[in-house]
Amino acid sequence: MIQLFTRDVVLSVRSGGGFGLALVFFLILVVLMPFALGPDQSVLAKIAPGLLWLGALLACLLSSDRIFGMDYEDGTLELLATSPLPLESVYLAKAAAHWFTTGLPLSLAAPVFGILLNLNLEVGGVLCLSLLLGTPALSLIGSFGATLTLGVRRGGLLLSLLVLPLYIPTLIFGALTVNAAALGKELDGSLIPILAITLGAIAILPFFSAMALRANLQ
Amino acid sequence: MSTKLGMKHFWPFFWKLANPKVFMRWSGLCLPWIIALTVLCLGTGLIWGFFLTPDDARQGSTVKIIYLHVPSAFIAINGYFVMVLGSLFWLVRRQHVSVLVAKASAPIGMTMTVIALTTGAIWGQPIWGTYWVWDPRLTSFLILFLFYIGYVALWAAIDDQDKVADLTSVLALVGAVFAILSRYAVIFWNQGLHQGTTVTIADGVSQKNISSIFFQPLLLSMIGFGLLFLTLLLIGARTEIRAQRLQVLEGLERLK
Repeated sequence: MIQLFTRDVVLSVRSGGGFGLALVFFLILVVLMPFALGPDQSVLAKIAPGLLWLGALLACLLSSDRIFGMDYEDGTLELLATSPLPLESVYLAKAAAHWFTTGLPLSLAAPVFGILLNLNLEVGGVLCLSLLLGTPALSLIGSFGATLTLGVRRGGLLLSLLVLPLYIPTLIFGALTVNAAALGKELDGSLIPILAITLGAIAILPFFSAMALRANLQ
Repeated sequence: MSTKLGMKHFWPFFWKLANPKVFMRWSGLCLPWIIALTVLCLGTGLIWGFFLTPDDARQGSTVKIIYLHVPSAFIAINGYFVMVLGSLFWLVRRQHVSVLVAKASAPIGMTMTVIALTTGAIWGQPIWGTYWVWDPRLTSFLILFLFYIGYVALWAAIDDQDKVADLTSVLALVGAVFAILSRYAVIFWNQGLHQGTTVTIADGVSQKNISSIFFQPLLLSMIGFGLLFLTLLLIGARTEIRAQRLQVLEGLERLK
């Protein structure tokens, strides 16, 4: 399982896969936003928390059809299915690798990008924390969606159609936390729902994803 | 005691319906009656509601949209419930009829969601002064609509019947969990403008926040919508079963 994780991480770093791409996508989104809304600092500060969460979410989504797609096409996934490793673990390892190469760098970069949107560093810290807790859920849900759309040619659009509604609770709680912090409120427990979604996703999604993988590999 | 006895006969019969042949025979027998009942209930309920009830003191005749709005919202939610149950039965018992019922349920529920949202918007414009607000109830209905779209789109995307049945069932189950989660997340996110539930059933007694002059036709049109759902569901499922039979026959023909 750890080998599979490292293999996926190495692959995505070396082969120009998701690693840098998601980060650059995130940056471009942040740069485009002032062009769309005007350079007014107070307006930017007001929308920054939600915008950064949305950007991270879209960046995660963008790279999630690659999680299983390539391995399905070249037959690696079938080999993995016949290996002693259960498909639940395959899914978890791949989702973890996806998070490591997109969610983690996005979370760490978000406060820095926040500066561009006039977000102060203290709120940036909360943003980073909420993303660190929330992006694993985004990776897990994205990977789940990827298992559903494996067999579909050009399934990218369908994938986002299926996955985006599933992202709603995470986005709501994530943006709510950072917005509250931006208004100067205490954190007291508002990170708990995000953590709960992530832990819940770890608990149930492996089984459903494995079911979907089995159906696809029949 | 008597309900227990009834259940004893009901469940074996219910599971027998999973046999396509039995399902086709029974649904074919029941369908004309159900259609007749649907027309009766829906016709009476709507005509009664629209023409034979007084206008509301403050809302005027806009209140009459309730006879479409509440029943369609009721069916929209229960349609998803039927979809989830059908999917669950498919994953556990592997009987095609249940997954085809789930498949047939989705477009009906989706249409009902659209009807509920549209009638709500038409009603909201004169009463609330806006077609749309990001109120928890409205928002969760829109989210429900998105879940329906995803489910229908996945059915349309894949040809292999057994495979797509598995995948959509998994999606329906996970979707149900996240739909409920969204429902409660949305309440945290924004306080509402929508009024409380019109009809709630507690301890077997229906409690209503509505005068009985409006309630009786409303109940009738809710039953009518329920029967309409059943009618469309049976027709949809029968069509799906026939389509599958046709596919098998075509496959056999090609082998010859």
